[in-house]
Amino acid sequence: MNPWKSAAAAAVLALASSTAAMAARADLVLGMPLEPPHLDPTAGAAAAIDEVLYANVFEGLTRIGSRGEVLPALAESWTVSDDGKVYTFKLRTSVKFHDGTDFNADDVKFSLDRARADDSTNAQKALFAAIDTVEAVDPATVKVTLKTPQGAFLYNMGWGDAVIVAPESAGTNKEKPVGTGPFRFDNWAKGSSITIVRADSYWGEPVALDKAEFRIIPDAAAAVPALLSGDVQALPNFQLGDALPQVESDPRFKVVIGSTEGETILAINNKKPPFDNLKVRQAIAHVIDRKAIIDGASGGLGTPIGSHFSPANDAYVDLTGTYPYDPAKAKELLKEAGLENGFKTTLKLPPVGYARDGGQIIASELRNIGIEAEIIPVEWADWLKQVFTEKDYDLSIVSHTEPNDIDIYSRKDYYFNYDNPAFDKVIEELNLTSDEARRKELYGQAQKILADDAVVGFLFELPKIGIWDAKVEGLWENSPIQANDLTKVKWVD
Amino acid sequence: MISFLLRRLGSGLLTLAVASVVVFAVLEILPGDPARLMLGLNATEDAVQALRVEMGLDQGFLVRYFHWIGGLLSLDFGRSYTYSVPVLDLITERAAVSLPLALISLALSTAIAIPVGVFAAARRGRTADTFAMAASQFGVAVPNFWFALLLVYVFAVWLRLVPAGGFPGWHAGLWPALKALILPAVALALPQAAILARVTRSALVEVLGEDFIRTARAKGLPQKTVLWRHALRNAMLPVLTILGLQFAFLLAGTIIIENVFYLPGLGRLIFQAINQRDLIVVESVVMLLVATIIVINLLVDLSYAIVDPRLRVRA
Repeated sequence: MNPWKSAAAAAVLALASSTAAMAARADLVLGMPLEPPHLDPTAGAAAAIDEVLYANVFEGLTRIGSRGEVLPALAESWTVSDDGKVYTFKLRTSVKFHDGTDFNADDVKFSLDRARADDSTNAQKALFAAIDTVEAVDPATVKVTLKTPQGAFLYNMGWGDAVIVAPESAGTNKEKPVGTGPFRFDNWAKGSSITIVRADSYWGEPVALDKAEFRIIPDAAAAVPALLSGDVQALPNFQLGDALPQVESDPRFKVVIGSTEGETILAINNKKPPFDNLKVRQAIAHVIDRKAIIDGASGGLGTPIGSHFSPANDAYVDLTGTYPYDPAKAKELLKEAGLENGFKTTLKLPPVGYARDGGQIIASELRNIGIEAEIIPVEWADWLKQVFTEKDYDLSIVSHTEPNDIDIYSRKDYYFNYDNPAFDKVIEELNLTSDEARRKELYGQAQKILADDAVVGFLFELPKIGIWDAKVEGLWENSPIQANDLTKVKWVD
Repeated sequence: MISFLLRRLGSGLLTLAVASVVVFAVLEILPGDPARLMLGLNATEDAVQALRVEMGLDQGFLVRYFHWIGGLLSLDFGRSYTYSVPVLDLITERAAVSLPLALISLALSTAIAIPVGVFAAARRGRTADTFAMAASQFGVAVPNFWFALLLVYVFAVWLRLVPAGGFPGWHAGLWPALKALILPAVALALPQAAILARVTRSALVEVLGEDFIRTARAKGLPQKTVLWRHALRNAMLPVLTILGLQFAFLLAGTIIIENVFYLPGLGRLIFQAINQRDLIVVESVVMLLVATIIVINLLVDLSYAIVDPRLRVRA
């Protein structure tokens, strides 16, 4: 070959490969089934809000990492007083909000005071209940004094509901969110998509993506062709159901089954006869065939649980063997409770697949031991009113998706109507303890009490089904909190 | 004619007034608290109460009703509970998808249905007729959800001619926006066309048996003229009625197709608003639809008069 020609060819090749390297994709379209009602994580419980904004647009003092660990965020470091009541946070300096205003200790004070104010509409106001005062010592130091020590305080400050907002933009965050994160909000085409772009003013390591679009695809049957046609490159958390095998076999995509913090339970009204009788609840626990329920209601995906705790958590104790599947034993227990002829009851089911399908399976198992459970389908608003607020129910199925929420069983007047001073004592001690080893022990005790009391029927941990382009890296496998953290996401060849 | 219009206007306003009371009352009995729905399971009662006050839900039924009606009269539709933006903005954004989509699919279905109906009627009982009617039977029977997915797999996944769904917005340009509406319009038009073709055919078959057609033929008019000028014009009344109903349906009853193509249309807005108990949005959209349907019906009635001169005298 002519040397000139080969040199030219080499140059062309070099040019081509360098342009290819430069042109590595930096945009990502993610599909999500539900649209956030608004874009302010401090004023709503909808998971979709955090799934767009958490860690991407908004940051808190601390943040939760992909394994559920507490990491520093806007607070670079902190010290805790010996009595566990005073937290002194050292803040990062030269941090700017996306509208150009400076971040400092006053913003932290503003955000925390706003979240716990009388007129606060924060969906997790209880996270801030322990705070007594918040003091901006100097622009880079905040001192938070608690009324009582709180073991989970640093974790709590990592929730989406505890992100730091600026007084200038707090009122308009619902429409135009302004945070300190590595992405800034760009556009929201309502009903259609939300776009965020890289924030060049970011204090930390810049993100690899220029742009990310969250596209609202309400239907799983529509999500698959969207993925196959390349319109959408990731479905980070999508219950695909029957459509899953279609993409599982396709080498262009990665299917990643992880776990969520969603404990799916058969809720039982503990004060309503005959469910106030432990034997009746134990009988119900004995007819729960977790494998059948996971197969039938969750496409075979999901981990069985024996108490209200995520198997992904370090403090998890496997209690699925407490009341193994045993209909004969269940019948015996009913007989001991004086209900050998069975009884009639109701099962109110919200409009989600796992509840509606799981309900059929449970109702048929209950029928086998003489309990006639009438299935009553309700929609969410109705469920919240009848079951959750008015406690007008016998049995229901629902998934509790908040992380580390075992303490709900110690809440007075919560819809389980469960009241056990021994359990409350464990939770109380847990709240006051920050020693990790002791906390783990206490979590174990709490799980054991709930399992023994058969407070509710513990079914399974809701899986996180993620599907994305095989060339995309950095999306979370599990969801220890509801988020699509894009800070480490990039395209690889 | 003027008195006819005035009478229609009066009855239209009355319908609107009655509808406003019914809509408001029905939504009032619907269980569920928008504030609790927004804040979820973990929210404390005082936070929920604070949001209720913010949304104005702590006021009485009548206060809220008259506040809403007063707003409507001055074209202020209020603010959405969930989105906290003016309802009017939401509706205009969504109508920018739903209205063009409805018009395109209506045009498409008419363009298919009328020729097929005429063709079948003219060859009544023959193979062509049997074939056309069998095809229309298929069009009526096929679930449009399934048909829509079929279109997506063929044209978006396999041929990659159009996007699988979504709507880029009109600001993205005329062609990208139209491209996003093609498949949904076809999916919507097919069953509508099937119904319309059958109606056209049966109306036309009836008219073709009338005396004046025989007279026209006897006069020696060519078959084409008899069919298209004399017969079709007389068969238009039922066709127009169906068209009016179909248009009303296409505006808001297309939730299934909007879901398959994830289009931000009016149907999904209502669906979402009902689920989230965004009552003010539901109320306003329903009122707007009632008003639209009244106007469409009026237009259909007026078009009767254009098609059939006898109705002008009676009106």
